[in-house]
Amino acid sequence: MITIAIGLSIILLLVILFLLFRIGTLTSIFRGSTERAAGTTKTSNRVNSVMLLLFLIVGGGAFAWSFADAWDDMTLPLASVHGAWTDNLFWTTMIIIGVVFVITQVLLFFYSYKYQHKDDKRAYYYPHNNKLEIIWTIIPAVVMAVLVFGGWKTWTKITSAAPEDAVVIEIMGKQFNWMVRYPGPDGKLGVARHTLIDATNELGVDFSDPASRDDIINPLQIHVPKGKPVLLKIRSRDVIHSVYMPHFRLKMDAVPGMPTKFWFVPSKSTNEMANETGNPDFKYELACTEVCGRGHFAMRYVIVVDEPEDYEAWLEQQTPFVEQNPQVLAKFTSENAEQAVAEAPQVEKAEEVKTEL
Amino acid sequence: MSSTDISINQDVHHVHEEHDHHHDQNFFQKYIFSLDHKVIAKQFLFMGILWAFIGGFLSILFRLQLGWPEATFTFLEPILGGWVENGKLNPEFYLALVTMHGTIMVFFVLTAGLSGTFSNFLIPLQIGARDMASGFMNMLSFWIFFISSIIMFFSLFLSTGPAAGGWTVYPPLSALPEAIQGSGSGMTMWLISMALFIVSQLLGGVNYITTVINLRTKGMSMTKLPLTIWAFFLTAIVGLLAFPVLFSAALLLIFDRSFGTSFFLSDIYIAGQALTNTGGSPILFQHLFWFLGHPEVYIVIMPAMGLVSEVIATNSRKPIFGYRAMIGSLFGITVLSFVVWAHHMFVTGMNPFLGSVFMFLTLIIAVPSAVKVFNWLATIWRGNIRFTSAMMFAIGFVSLFISGGLTGIILGNSAIDIQLHDTYFVVAHFHLVMGAAAFFGMFCGVYHWFPKMFGRMLDEKLGFVHFWATFIAVYLVFMPMHYIGIAGFPRRYYNWTGFETFNIFTDLNTFISIAAILGFSAQFVFLFNFIYSIFRGRRATENPWHSNTLEWTTPVLPGHGNWPGEVPTVYRWPYDYSKPGAAEDYIPQTVPFSQTQSSNLPSERDFE
Repeated sequence: MITIAIGLSIILLLVILFLLFRIGTLTSIFRGSTERAAGTTKTSNRVNSVMLLLFLIVGGGAFAWSFADAWDDMTLPLASVHGAWTDNLFWTTMIIIGVVFVITQVLLFFYSYKYQHKDDKRAYYYPHNNKLEIIWTIIPAVVMAVLVFGGWKTWTKITSAAPEDAVVIEIMGKQFNWMVRYPGPDGKLGVARHTLIDATNELGVDFSDPASRDDIINPLQIHVPKGKPVLLKIRSRDVIHSVYMPHFRLKMDAVPGMPTKFWFVPSKSTNEMANETGNPDFKYELACTEVCGRGHFAMRYVIVVDEPEDYEAWLEQQTPFVEQNPQVLAKFTSENAEQAVAEAPQVEKAEEVKTEL
Repeated sequence: MSSTDISINQDVHHVHEEHDHHHDQNFFQKYIFSLDHKVIAKQFLFMGILWAFIGGFLSILFRLQLGWPEATFTFLEPILGGWVENGKLNPEFYLALVTMHGTIMVFFVLTAGLSGTFSNFLIPLQIGARDMASGFMNMLSFWIFFISSIIMFFSLFLSTGPAAGGWTVYPPLSALPEAIQGSGSGMTMWLISMALFIVSQLLGGVNYITTVINLRTKGMSMTKLPLTIWAFFLTAIVGLLAFPVLFSAALLLIFDRSFGTSFFLSDIYIAGQALTNTGGSPILFQHLFWFLGHPEVYIVIMPAMGLVSEVIATNSRKPIFGYRAMIGSLFGITVLSFVVWAHHMFVTGMNPFLGSVFMFLTLIIAVPSAVKVFNWLATIWRGNIRFTSAMMFAIGFVSLFISGGLTGIILGNSAIDIQLHDTYFVVAHFHLVMGAAAFFGMFCGVYHWFPKMFGRMLDEKLGFVHFWATFIAVYLVFMPMHYIGIAGFPRRYYNWTGFETFNIFTDLNTFISIAAILGFSAQFVFLFNFIYSIFRGRRATENPWHSNTLEWTTPVLPGHGNWPGEVPTVYRWPYDYSKPGAAEDYIPQTVPFSQTQSSNLPSERDFE
């Protein structure tokens, strides 16, 4: 019943609109506006040009207000050293393009308003002016050059090789969660191959490789020390994912068959950030930013930035994967330990070459 | 075949304005398998409009999900059937919607619908040709596009859904049906459809280029061409060079999917087993894809630029400012569009050195774009502006192009892109600069050339309503998306409620969705106007906008062959508006200098 009522009222509304349209057309014919050249009708021109000016003023005001209003929500707290550089670059560029934005939009709408059609007026024949054109080619070119230089310097620093003493963490993306591995006391990640993956050994770690024996796999949260370089070794085992840590201004794709990496220095511990934001439950989060399937929107992991000594203490408490799952190790040693050990260095080499791509 | 028709046309002396002289043509030859470029253009236009409504409708569906993530959508069950599970949209179907929205809008609407319509319609009319160089290839181009459309459309109704890995179809996601349902038959049909689409584009493109080079009328030198033609010409060249690369990528992907090769696949463990594929690189696909994908955005925007340049000059009653600079900047964009593709790949693990190179090249492309904007502004400066619907859309285009283009400077900077890549900032950027702007260019073209297409005028008042509703809605939708992007919200998320970081801006997302629905509804005003005016619109005159270009010298409804009698000769450039000393404020290209002694500049005289 309600559906029919709604349907009827919509039809009625459409009929009324159509009649209004017809009446409008007829009155404009009687007013004789059809005899004038198209686009020179006085009322339409006045209404449109005033609307354009209004759009500039009201729209500009609304934009400024909503930008200011959204400011607190959209400026993410920052927690990495390189993030300060890129944020700086971002807002500098925003100011530059903001100035250009305002000037060009104001000119566009204001000129449209000011130079609306008048019967007694004639446009100014002004086909070109080489000097003007050269000026407004060179100015953007120079500005771009400055921006490129700033971007290039920052980009080179961010993508430079990680320091030797960086804390290494492996992050592997899979549908639809992240797997994390710490190298343990020896500082070396054991070799991993996708053919070794099974329900328990989800990273495909080759446990016949001695370096893998102390590897810590899938802690509840990723812990990193504040103020120390952290190198993320990123890979994927099925489709492309992307490691995204918004507070650290960090993003790098996880690509199957091609390990990638990103290093950064966390600059604020989780506790400090909780104090700063006034949110006692503050958590750094890791999200996926490359569409990877049904659960793309739910690939969440929590990162905890500790003071260095807290980080060490946390690391102490972690038990290696093989201790938690001795049956996995048993499988490797009994079956093909020798073969795997023999193969291990080669595989690692191959991986290293790819990493440098 | 068309040439025989033309010779008939030339011999007949016309006394009346109707041009259905081809008594030997039946209905199918005239309207369905027509060789006439004007009919083919209309076919592309109708298909484009149809696709635009489908693509727009899909976006409304996913905006519902994003605007009201907690709501139940049982009322959508009659349309979506099993894709609504317990009142919730299936997350994979959400991805399918996003994917198909992108594919449809970029390729089927803004490439085929825009270039296909206006290149076909305007190239012969504006250069003074009877028809395209090859009418048959032109017809083939449309019908292959039609088949491709049918396949793509059909894939929407598969039980496993259409392709769902994003419009960029990155493997391995798009290669492995185990990874997502849509990568089954849906993806197969996507690839077949796109392969056919590319064939259609190439047939069209070869034709456009050949026609512009060979069939210009007497006196129509390259520097007397309207900017529309320059834009279509360079667009066709970009398409001709870029589309085959996508074809190769699609072909290799077909091989990986169906014949066990490993071009893009390596070291994969999925659905409980390790695949044997080894040595492939998913990054290779991205390089191939974006080698088309980036030029593609210029394929979309350059025709719009051309249409807008022409409409702004005509309705400001002023010559386009810096005609040669406008051509030069189109050239610059054409060349640079091929060397910036990897700015889509800064954080894919590509060598950082390449990132530096592509950042440099990307930011250079801002220069010709800036020149174009300044020149448009200079064109309306001290004009005598006629606010036709087309002119409103042209002004809207410039505004949107500025708003969206400027943020490209941010995203092209690899260091800043680390944070913003694949966030809503990107979504806001490209929707403004190539989505909405190209749509505005297309509307601008439809309103301006509708009289020549159908012999009747679109209703101007409805045009204004359509313009204002669309213009305001577009800004309300995409400006707030920048805020969401700066806050770091990732793209292609079914919802953000699982993250504390992204658990804000829910009101803003609802607001965007409402604006999107209003904007989409406004398109029905256009649809009504369009259909109604074809049959009942005010009758047009030969040259309703007082424009200079050649198409306005044809009869109200040009017949096969375009001009009864001889094709007119061209004497001057197309932008002699408001020339001092001239009687009218426009001098068509066909008026020789000998007839306009009072307004000639010192260098201007006829060559005969």
